[in-house]
Amino acid sequence: MSAVNSNKDLTLQDSLVLVSNENDADKLVAANEDNTHMKMLNKVKTKSRAAKIKTPGQLRRIEFFKTIIPPAFGILLFLAVWTLISHLQPVLPGPVSTWHSAVELFAHPFHQNSLDDQGIGWNILSSLERVALGFGLAALVGIPLGFMIGRYEFISRMTAPVIGLLRPVSPLAWLPLGLLVLKAAGPAAIWVIFISSIWPMVINTAVGVSKVPQDYMNVAKVLNLSEWKIITKISFPYVLPYMMTGVRLSIGIAWLVIVAAEMLNGGAGIGFWLWDEYNASNYEHIIIAIFIVGIVGLLLEVGLTAIANRFNYE
Amino acid sequence: MSNIAHEKHHGDSHKVAKKFIERYVEIEDVGMRFVSKKGEFEALKNINLSITQGEFISIIGHSGCGKSTVLNLIAGLLHPTSGNLFCAGREIAAPGPERAVVFQNHSLLPWLNCFENVYLAVERVFGSESKVQQEARTYAALDLVGLGHAVEKRPNEISGGMKQRVGIARALAMEPKVLLLDEPFGALDALTRAGLQDELMKIMQKSGATAVMVTHDVDEAVLLSDRIVMMTNGPSATIGEILTVDLPYPRKRLELAENPQYNHLRSEVLKFLYERHAKKAA
Repeated sequence: MSAVNSNKDLTLQDSLVLVSNENDADKLVAANEDNTHMKMLNKVKTKSRAAKIKTPGQLRRIEFFKTIIPPAFGILLFLAVWTLISHLQPVLPGPVSTWHSAVELFAHPFHQNSLDDQGIGWNILSSLERVALGFGLAALVGIPLGFMIGRYEFISRMTAPVIGLLRPVSPLAWLPLGLLVLKAAGPAAIWVIFISSIWPMVINTAVGVSKVPQDYMNVAKVLNLSEWKIITKISFPYVLPYMMTGVRLSIGIAWLVIVAAEMLNGGAGIGFWLWDEYNASNYEHIIIAIFIVGIVGLLLEVGLTAIANRFNYE
Repeated sequence: MSNIAHEKHHGDSHKVAKKFIERYVEIEDVGMRFVSKKGEFEALKNINLSITQGEFISIIGHSGCGKSTVLNLIAGLLHPTSGNLFCAGREIAAPGPERAVVFQNHSLLPWLNCFENVYLAVERVFGSESKVQQEARTYAALDLVGLGHAVEKRPNEISGGMKQRVGIARALAMEPKVLLLDEPFGALDALTRAGLQDELMKIMQKSGATAVMVTHDVDEAVLLSDRIVMMTNGPSATIGEILTVDLPYPRKRLELAENPQYNHLRSEVLKFLYERHAKKAA
């Protein structure tokens, strides 16, 4: 630091002075009359220390490369590995043929010839619809349940063993039960999403409620607020960020589960389509489906994070 | 702010005996024990204090002496394990807006703006009044602390000093019988603190409210108080001495700096804290 600061006038002349060792630093400082104390500081520094002096323009360019180069490199590497594997295993489509297939596919995303032959857009939408339904029901049940668990010790202890038991169950283990009781593939898929995406909302909401700071509760006591005011003005706003974390995790799980559920269930949807294309030997489409699932999941995550940030008051 | 303000006269050389109710706040032989995993701990014992209406009392002592506990007892946030507390002749059973607290860490709700934070208190105490009147009260309280321009700002958008002002406005807006201040300026830098002390002094002169303030700042205690309650070190802390601050109002920080009486009082407090009841460095 000191060498950089002490040589400001030199910086202007040559923005890329590289002070590579103690001797150089001393010479530069010696040229500057007012900096004897800096000189002393410099002598303490180790010889290996190097300082690069940069203009704002350079800094901006470096920042730009830092954000662009590593991801670009990652993507290129991914494509290279993919190409290599597709050469070793000719049955797997490579990036180029997948790209051409995708261009063709997305030319008519919303065409509809028959139930089995409809545009990719419809498939994505029907998957999203199932997720919305299953997740919506889970939120409707899970958030109030979380509030009660966080507020009342008794309910917390009462539900703990049941939640502990049910939470680790694999989502698809719930599918047969759904089929058995609901007797239809569509509702069964929604049931699977409901039961597997409810837990993060229950748990995060409960944690938030139990963490409302004593300071805020003291304010409530001194102001003598009613229970309703405490909920609307203190508990709920405080819990909101926790709840949003739960919602984000839940939607992530719901989206993970839907593909598997649809593959088993059939009908319409991105998971069904993926399996259908496998049966029809359209292997490019399998890879496209994987990308679609990934991109939609990413968009959901980004959108929900943006909403969650709106409720962050710290 | 309160009708007491008209009765209270200030500006004369001595605070002539006020015509206020004596023993307005009464602490009778109060003791406080806490039970923790390590066992029982006696925080306070034999606390006796009688506060006259309109008086400004400071409680000073080393950290851990239980001065905040005394304040929380008066607030009703804690219940004594022995003894009794009264306010205006009634036993203190629970917290309530008649004993408003200015919290050390301001405790503003971060999702409400300044106006809404104060309004929450006004609404509760003056709910029978019209909405217009309640809003007027809220604005008046914020004006009083010099924040009329920042009503729409959220707590995270204003400085620490301003947050504490909102905290004071919230407490004053309730027109409490007793204002309780828990190290109100402890987290602020020295200059901001001095400015707020001066303003608090003016506000207290205007409102004539009874106040109890916990502090660890000797100058703050001497500057603001009518009496300083000095506490011994815990465990089993109690009131060591009570010092009457007989300085004329209005008090001016700069003039007092050279006032022998002020300096005498200041050194009295310092002697109590650092000679007779020095605390070993932790």
